[in-house]
Amino acid sequence: MTESDVAVVGFAQAPNVRATHGTTNGVEMLVPVFDELLDGTGLSKKDIGFWCSGSSDYLAGRAFSFIAAIDAIGAFPPINESHVEMDAAWALFEAWVKIRTGEVDTALVYGFGKSSAGDLRRTLAMQLDPYFVAPLWPDSVAVAGLQARLGLDSGLFSEQQMAQVAARSRADAQRNPNAQVSGEVQVSDLLERPYVADPLRAHDCAPITDGASAVLLASADRARELRARPAWITGLEHRVESAQLGGRDLTASPSTSDAASAADATGVEVAELHAPFSHQEILLRTAIGLGESTRINPSGGALCGNPMFAAGLSRIGEAASRVWSGEAGKVLAHATSGPALQQNLVCVMEG
Amino acid sequence: MTETSEPLSAPLEVGFDYTRSLGSVLGRFATALRQRRITGVRGSDGRVHVPAVEYDPLTFEPLDELVDVGSDGTVLSWSWTPQPLEGQPLRHAFGWALIRLDGADTALLHAVDAGTPDRMRTGMRVRARWAAEPVGGIRDIACFDPVEDAAQQAPAPADSDEPVTKLTTPIHLHYRHSASPEESRYLRGLAEGRLLGQRCPACGKVYIPPRGACPTDGVPTEEEVELPDTGIVTTFCIVNVPFLGQRIQPPYVAAYVLLDGADIAFLHLVLGCAAEDVRMGMRVRAEWKPRAEWDTTLQNIDHFTPSGEPDAPYKSYAHHL
Ligand SMILES: [Zn+2]
Repeated sequence: MTESDVAVVGFAQAPNVRATHGTTNGVEMLVPVFDELLDGTGLSKKDIGFWCSGSSDYLAGRAFSFIAAIDAIGAFPPINESHVEMDAAWALFEAWVKIRTGEVDTALVYGFGKSSAGDLRRTLAMQLDPYFVAPLWPDSVAVAGLQARLGLDSGLFSEQQMAQVAARSRADAQRNPNAQVSGEVQVSDLLERPYVADPLRAHDCAPITDGASAVLLASADRARELRARPAWITGLEHRVESAQLGGRDLTASPSTSDAASAADATGVEVAELHAPFSHQEILLRTAIGLGESTRINPSGGALCGNPMFAAGLSRIGEAASRVWSGEAGKVLAHATSGPALQQNLVCVMEG
Repeated sequence: MTETSEPLSAPLEVGFDYTRSLGSVLGRFATALRQRRITGVRGSDGRVHVPAVEYDPLTFEPLDELVDVGSDGTVLSWSWTPQPLEGQPLRHAFGWALIRLDGADTALLHAVDAGTPDRMRTGMRVRARWAAEPVGGIRDIACFDPVEDAAQQAPAPADSDEPVTKLTTPIHLHYRHSASPEESRYLRGLAEGRLLGQRCPACGKVYIPPRGACPTDGVPTEEEVELPDTGIVTTFCIVNVPFLGQRIQPPYVAAYVLLDGADIAFLHLVLGCAAEDVRMGMRVRAEWKPRAEWDTTLQNIDHFTPSGEPDAPYKSYAHHL
């Protein structure tokens, strides 16, 4: 590894739950997450060179909501800090750049969201084109349903395959103590359940989740001190598609394909894909070019817990943990933000 | 931590009318809608984008050739909404659809009033139903109807030629706001006429309101400290400007009040003397509202008023500024 290399060396997350009693500033969730993340590293909060977070004022229902979350860090004396109004995977991108410039050698990235405070399906309409789409208040499940129908109609996948994704995710989530949804389910049973937004059934949609997660990045020298087998970031790319839903090819994910190709996703053994809807996992597998030999979402994925603005970052932490354990040599994490996979980030890591 | 009961929470309504300037291309699209016409913009590759876009999504070239498209179109995809949410185009179950209007190459997102999901299908033909009073926005199209249900005669175009330059979108979101366990204890204390702070276990500072985490140490405040309702003005401003929602006639004083024994000041009003007589270090005491009006809010203290004691020396509060 060269001196400009950066590795993922730590990951912690709050339990994914339907609703917490906590505030929308995330402090109650973040304090224990930071403690867990730093525990055993020998680092204290004062040793962190850069902090970067992802969260949303619309989710919190108030302006500059991320400022209050900084209390969980202890921001005096002043800290080096930034924020993105996106999934915290994009905050990780900013932190990665910060380390590569040589300005800092450690960065703590965190995301949090209390989706239960508002009506998530309506709140997410605020992500849409504000001129001629958002004034109609299309909700996030309806928009995902339009994407799923396009895939079904064009024969890219079937409702059965969508249900298989859900069943496999729930089975895998049984080994994830932070998962919100888990269990053994039969595909045939799932297909008998009613539509919530034809062609989507409840199992096709991620649950509404409150949660937070945090990832620790380190420069080459620090990474070797902090972890025996760091997850070196060998490719990190993100791309965005048009804000015009009706002008995009919703059955492909060209931004994911471009990001995966630029990050060199070939040969990954494990992939953590941020797919809040079952059909999106199938679209993402194709977009990245993942074959049958790649293990998908051993954590259970977003279908088993989707803390807004943290779930993408959690995918990076989950994938990195497969490298730390020696379970995999090359892994991929994907994060999405915006409606119907509008923005996509791919992070490739190697042991 | 002495908290045992659940944190306080209450409904929080957030509303704002977003007003946006449209510019030339989007403005002409909106103007056409008010005239009950649908237009698109021709892209660099000749494809027609509806709704109009200002820049070509492939080449990023600025676009400005507006072309008329039909008010009939074909459904490319749909999903069904059994229970519409607040603000959506129809109050009863309907289908969302991506609709490619005749003459367009991209799809418009809108609602189809089909009654039941079994009447929806990909490839179905639909027609725009116009709102009774168009204003220049996407909701001038009330929804789309299956062509077989639609009125055969299109309504007369609205006759306004005045260009639409602005779009106003009311946004109303509903939340359940939760206070932290520490804040809840403080708010419940207020309802009993008590001022409850908490001390940070790491740095010993006393915060009122208490914090979910001390901003210096990042740990929750814990030990409860009951504070008196007397303190000093650390800094203040004289409000001379009237603004929306103002409850007191200006001029008046908004001040940071540092209660005796606290390490953080909070914002309140200082009344009971001329605005120009308020000064840093001035001793003040709380004027509580009548007990019958108390609730779980700091408004139980109507304002602070000068106590008449000698001013606090500057160095006693310099590190709290
Ligand atoms: Zn402290």
